[in-house]
Amino acid sequence: MIGIEHYVVVSSILFVLGVLGIFLNRKNVIVILMAIELILLAVNINLVAFSAFLHDLTGQIFAMFVLTVAAGEAAIGLAILVTYFRDRGTIAVDDVNRMKG
Amino acid sequence: MITVLAFYLFATLTIVAGALTITSRNPVHSVLWLIVAFFNAAGLMVLLGAEFIAMLLVIVYVGAVAVLFLFVVMMLDIDFAELRAGFIKNFPLGLLLAGVLLAEITLGLGAVGSGGITLGTADGTAPIVASQSNTEAIGMLLYGKYLFLFEVAGVILLVAMVGAIVLTHRKRTGVRSQNVARQNARRPDEATVNMSPDVGKGVEL
Repeated sequence: MIGIEHYVVVSSILFVLGVLGIFLNRKNVIVILMAIELILLAVNINLVAFSAFLHDLTGQIFAMFVLTVAAGEAAIGLAILVTYFRDRGTIAVDDVNRMKG
Repeated sequence: MITVLAFYLFATLTIVAGALTITSRNPVHSVLWLIVAFFNAAGLMVLLGAEFIAMLLVIVYVGAVAVLFLFVVMMLDIDFAELRAGFIKNFPLGLLLAGVLLAEITLGLGAVGSGGITLGTADGTAPIVASQSNTEAIGMLLYGKYLFLFEVAGVILLVAMVGAIVLTHRKRTGVRSQNVARQNARRPDEATVNMSPDVGKGVEL
């Protein structure tokens, strides 16, 4: 039978994949944002799994709020990306130092 | 039996799609793999009996976030080959860090309980009742106990929306646009001129 451990393993692998994605695509900010979405998805799987195995719905409510923040974060991140691209004509972020004081 | 099979199917596909998301050469493929990962994660959540979150995942992530990503990837004219330059160079460091992270998580899980995680007990404020559907129960909680948090979530989305519009909106110069106030302020006596031109002379505009 599938226990909580299985879900925790899946979500931790997905989390690590997200972190790895940030490191591998250090220049490409679009893929970095996607990797962040993967990390948030892993967190959501964890929350829902614990909610189900604890017979308590609070985890699923939390997952909804994580979803809300993830959607807002993606929108803002992509908006920043679009304005950045308009200014510079590229999205390479490995040498972003425009905000240096 | 079928549940076990479905779990392994969804779990494997989620992880494979996640791995392909971060390693794809073309960001459009990355977005499509991300969609696959979301769908399979939604499947995992259906297996857990959380249908509402699963459907929300499909609607919000696949329907909104992934499409937004696709828009941006396809709208911007980016040389993606150039952006992949550091991929091989960063690979060993990334793999090392990922390995350390995974080892830490495994160690943590092992420390919690070798052989099984002791969940503890919920405080019983939001128990799952068998006679109530998942969506109904979440609705009761969301519009009852978590009403203010729910509204704060709405405000967060509003702020995100306003922020995104403010960031991307630009004033363009050199375009002729309608000025409604000026149009409404126009009166017939300043907009029209009476003329009586001589025959055969034409009108000067």
